[in-house]
Amino acid sequence: MAAQITLRDVTLGYERHPAVHHLSGEVASGALLAVVGPNGAGKSTLFRGLAGILKPLSGSIDLDGLDNRDIAYLPQSVDIDRSFPISVFDFVGTGLWRQTGFFGGMGRRERDRITQALAAVGLNGFENRNIGTLSGGQMQRMLFARVLLQDARLIVLDEPFNAIDAKTSADLLLLVKRWHDEKRTVLAALHDFDLVRTSFPETLLLARGLVAWGPTAQVLTSENLTEARRMCEAFDDTAAACAVDARPSQAA
Amino acid sequence: MITDTLIAPFTDFEFMRRALAAVIALSLGAAPIGVFLMLRRMSLVGDAMAHAILPGAAIGFLISGLNLFAMTTGGLIAGFAVAILAGLVARNTELKEDASLATFYLVSLALGVTIVSVKGTNIDLLHVLFGNILAMDNQTLFVIAFNATVTLLVLAVIYRPLVIECVDPVFLRTVSRAGAPAHLAFLALVVVNLVNGFHALGTLLGVGLMILPAGIARFWSRDITGMICIAVLSAIASGYAGLVLSFQTGIPSGPAIILVAAVFYIISLLSGSCGGLVRQAFPGRHLEA
Repeated sequence: MAAQITLRDVTLGYERHPAVHHLSGEVASGALLAVVGPNGAGKSTLFRGLAGILKPLSGSIDLDGLDNRDIAYLPQSVDIDRSFPISVFDFVGTGLWRQTGFFGGMGRRERDRITQALAAVGLNGFENRNIGTLSGGQMQRMLFARVLLQDARLIVLDEPFNAIDAKTSADLLLLVKRWHDEKRTVLAALHDFDLVRTSFPETLLLARGLVAWGPTAQVLTSENLTEARRMCEAFDDTAAACAVDARPSQAA
Repeated sequence: MITDTLIAPFTDFEFMRRALAAVIALSLGAAPIGVFLMLRRMSLVGDAMAHAILPGAAIGFLISGLNLFAMTTGGLIAGFAVAILAGLVARNTELKEDASLATFYLVSLALGVTIVSVKGTNIDLLHVLFGNILAMDNQTLFVIAFNATVTLLVLAVIYRPLVIECVDPVFLRTVSRAGAPAHLAFLALVVVNLVNGFHALGTLLGVGLMILPAGIARFWSRDITGMICIAVLSAIASGYAGLVLSFQTGIPSGPAIILVAAVFYIISLLSGSCGGLVRQAFPGRHLEA
């Protein structure tokens, strides 16, 4: 299958400090990939790079011609102003931006799609509630409903099941599987290894640099995990400019 | 008797009719802008911008006297310069909007005061600072109506990205590049409406018809459409009642309008249906589910 994402020696970071260091590899179109690694390993940074919010310090990210609108990105700490007076229905409706844009009308068809998306995440009856009245889990359900409406080829979920109860994560995981069945490319940053082992065929273990990438069972070994934990988290303010040209890396 | 007090001033005097028309046009443009300023926690930005346009207007006045065109242009240039510079700095650096704006408006203010002191002051400048809604000529009235029309049209164009950028800026960045232009267009509208306000209420109080109605609206609606409608209506009501008050008692019209709005604000604060203090103190028995 053709590669949906091609990372060529990508370094992403902040103020010249790398958070993702010399990462190369390919994600096949329609893949379901878990991105794991300790806190500070660069998972969120990688996703910000994929979503186009962060430009690589070096290297390149090739999304096989995907437009920004073909990517649905669900950040980890969502920067939502929950006191803003907008209803759940209208909020989820913003997921239709690709169709409606500035002016496109919200006709019967669009309204039906929004209602269906809310039903799919189990939020029927919440249409007219303000977003500020939702609980954490309901909020996450609502964000998934918006991703659903974005109808994107590439879906990037940054720790989507954090602080979410078992029932909610099971429901949302079903959606992730549905997206996989629909041949969309799905990437999710996760900390729950059991969940990764049971539901994600492919895993990328990241610790700033690449530790392992491939079929989940071969990646989540105790040696690999120990190796990942050894990674140093803090930036070194006195670090010299990186001289490495390229690191040996893997292609899935 | 009631007719004499409330309606006669407008049927008898043309200047009162002009003032009423001006205040209605002003409300239609300024109140929706004020609602967005409030929702973006930028209410004080409006105030800072009012200071920023003051020097521009004063420079225009000093160069060509009480010339409407020169003053408007001066105010717009100063306001746009400050708004755009502050917006760019906030978007591209770690500095937040409030801090960058504070810097630029203070520089603008200092620059203006310097220029005024070099060129010498003039009593007529008070006219600029406090406005005179009771002396609306055709030209001024047209400018205000034109600016209000432009405001509503532009707001209609940028409404959707503006709302999304308020609620979830990261999402807007991932689906569209409209965020930055919409934000800058919004700041431009703030400036246009402040310039509008200074013709009627002066640079110092012009911001009042933006901020107070928005605050009032927040106490009566939980929905942005409702808020905008209530803000516009309360701005028009304040304008009308302020003009009547001013006509009957002889207090200056600008402050009268803002004081009436303040009374509405206090009433809303106490008895508003969304979070009013009285409602909070006596919420009623809790519900079953």
